Amino acid sequence: MSAVTVYVPRDSAALAVGADEVAAALQAECARRGIALNLVRNGSRGMFWLETLVEVATAQGRIAYGPVEADDVPALLDAGLLVGSPHALCHGLTDQIPYLAKQERLTFARMGITDPVSLADYEAHEGYAGLRAALALKPEAIVQQVLDSGLRGRGGAAFPTGIKWKTVAAAQAAQKYIVCNADEGDSGTFSDRMTMEGDPFMLIEGMTIAAMAVGATRGYVYIRSEYPDAIATMNEAVARATAAGHLGDNVLGSGRAFQLTIRKAAGAYVCGEETAMLESLEGKRGIVRAKPPLPAIEGLFGQPTVINNVISFASVPLILARGATFYRDYGVGRSRGTLPMQLAGNIKHGGLVEKAFGVTLRELMFDFGGGSATGRPIKTAQVGGPLGTYLPESQWDLPLDYEAYAAVGAVVGHGGIVVHDDSADLSKLARYAMEFCAIESCGKCTPCRIGSTRGVEVIDKIMAPPSPKHNKPQQVQLLRDLCDTMVNGSLCAMGGMTPYPVLSALNHFPQDFGLANPDRQAA
Amino acid sequence: MNPTPASVTQAVLARHATEPGALLPILHEVQDALGHIPRDVVPQIAEGLNLSRAEVHGVVTYYHHFRSEAPGRHIVQVCRAEACQSMGSDALMAHAEHTLGCHTHGGHGSTSADGRYTLNPVYCLGLCASSPAVVIDDKLHARMTPAKFDKLVNALGADA
Repeated sequence: MSAVTVYVPRDSAALAVGADEVAAALQAECARRGIALNLVRNGSRGMFWLETLVEVATAQGRIAYGPVEADDVPALLDAGLLVGSPHALCHGLTDQIPYLAKQERLTFARMGITDPVSLADYEAHEGYAGLRAALALKPEAIVQQVLDSGLRGRGGAAFPTGIKWKTVAAAQAAQKYIVCNADEGDSGTFSDRMTMEGDPFMLIEGMTIAAMAVGATRGYVYIRSEYPDAIATMNEAVARATAAGHLGDNVLGSGRAFQLTIRKAAGAYVCGEETAMLESLEGKRGIVRAKPPLPAIEGLFGQPTVINNVISFASVPLILARGATFYRDYGVGRSRGTLPMQLAGNIKHGGLVEKAFGVTLRELMFDFGGGSATGRPIKTAQVGGPLGTYLPESQWDLPLDYEAYAAVGAVVGHGGIVVHDDSADLSKLARYAMEFCAIESCGKCTPCRIGSTRGVEVIDKIMAPPSPKHNKPQQVQLLRDLCDTMVNGSLCAMGGMTPYPVLSALNHFPQDFGLANPDRQAA
Repeated sequence: MNPTPASVTQAVLARHATEPGALLPILHEVQDALGHIPRDVVPQIAEGLNLSRAEVHGVVTYYHHFRSEAPGRHIVQVCRAEACQSMGSDALMAHAEHTLGCHTHGGHGSTSADGRYTLNPVYCLGLCASSPAVVIDDKLHARMTPAKFDKLVNALGADA
């Protein structure tokens, strides 16, 4: 009998619930039974409530079992796991699990399917088709493809990627850089982490295409120190791509050079801001720079630099391989393509949902997410990370796209959705937003550095028992004035957007602040 | 001969001699080797990179990841970000503080009086769909409960 192929994810969300122990138990138990096992450590499919998700390859396709714990392994083998037999933990064919079947996975098409560090596996699944297509084009034609695709920065700011590239391509300099911002610090987001751990060559290929388009020869990936597995996988992938000639002095035999270096960050949230990240890469404190000059003109070490988020770069190979039109045909309005959204927090079926723009929060939280993890009613969701707004139920049917969200003062950001049940106290979450800003502010501008501390104090006064010293309406007005100063006077989004969660909490959930009359000013 | 902090630092500096913007990689390697970045090696790093001591000190103290003091024998991190809060991380942190004898304040951690544990708050481990999440000595654990936490801490052994 030939070896049976079994997949056990190596994604850190799987490791954190015992995937290594499951893999070891499978190997030991199969060895004991004299069964030949071909164990593949794949990426995660992104259905985290089913981790550790064990898949077995059968003639019908891959069959899923989960959540599997190491102790379950002997009984699963007895029940016929290796031939895909039914079991209480069996979910049938993985591809037919509704959570996956209802998605539109373009960027995450390979996620959980391939061995992340196998270049052969990557190339067998359309990998490097984009770079090969790009190398046949003139640099300006590559930029045009990205422009035509409508791709906008997936890190949060949604700036058109092609315009950034065009600016760097037009700049004259002896050295240009490609920098990937992988400082994914937003709570509720993990799509960058999954990409680096589960499909690292896709990011490398996207950055290489950018280098060819703008004439850069050096690149950096700046990865959070909180992501040790992503750092290790990226280092391994870069070494393998370099050894195979996909990176280095002669990329795919084109005669063009691109060297890629992985850099580990050091736990400063504000380094997700692009100019603070550049300072950090240069070996300095991560202090925000004033703009202009734009990094596209004067970026890393003062040279023209393309800075994009992981998912922005990762979206590019497919655009080049299939054409701009293919990608642009997904989405709505000026939000083209797909967004890998991340369902997180108090949600029954949390995970990665890649859909075209235009899906609603209600569909995501209930059709995909299955409601709250605790079984209690959902009160709100914060979309777009710690600087995003809390959306009340009246906004759950908005199409999730950049413009529709902006129209109500909300942000799509990096596509993170943190769900809270009805036990959440929005005054506490608003206070936390100010506290987080006080901890993470780089300190360069006053509204952010001082405003965040004053914000915590004012919210404490609003929540304090009534006293002659603290007039509640007056303190609420003070909080609004403070937020106005922070929004309009801060140098970057850290101070400038901290008021988003605070004001949305105050406006949509005034009862949590002990305010009787709902005050429905726009956030 | 045992390597000294100075000899470790010298080797790290030599490895990065030609690398542009090398201060963060250097600090990471020093901390990985020594457990922290002793104040004594700051002038050495400054000289090696032709920086002022203030610049190196500024970087060490700016980033949450870098430590100037030796940590406890076990480092425990509990995620405090919103997704973990929605699944009870505030209560889990209170439990961890009580169990380990450490007290955190804002973004700062602390080490227990017996030097056994350092407890640090951390702002997002990217395990937001499997909250709450903790790290114990570099190993990630998700869907954490106080009971599971106690089991993991007990498994660290009595003597360590």
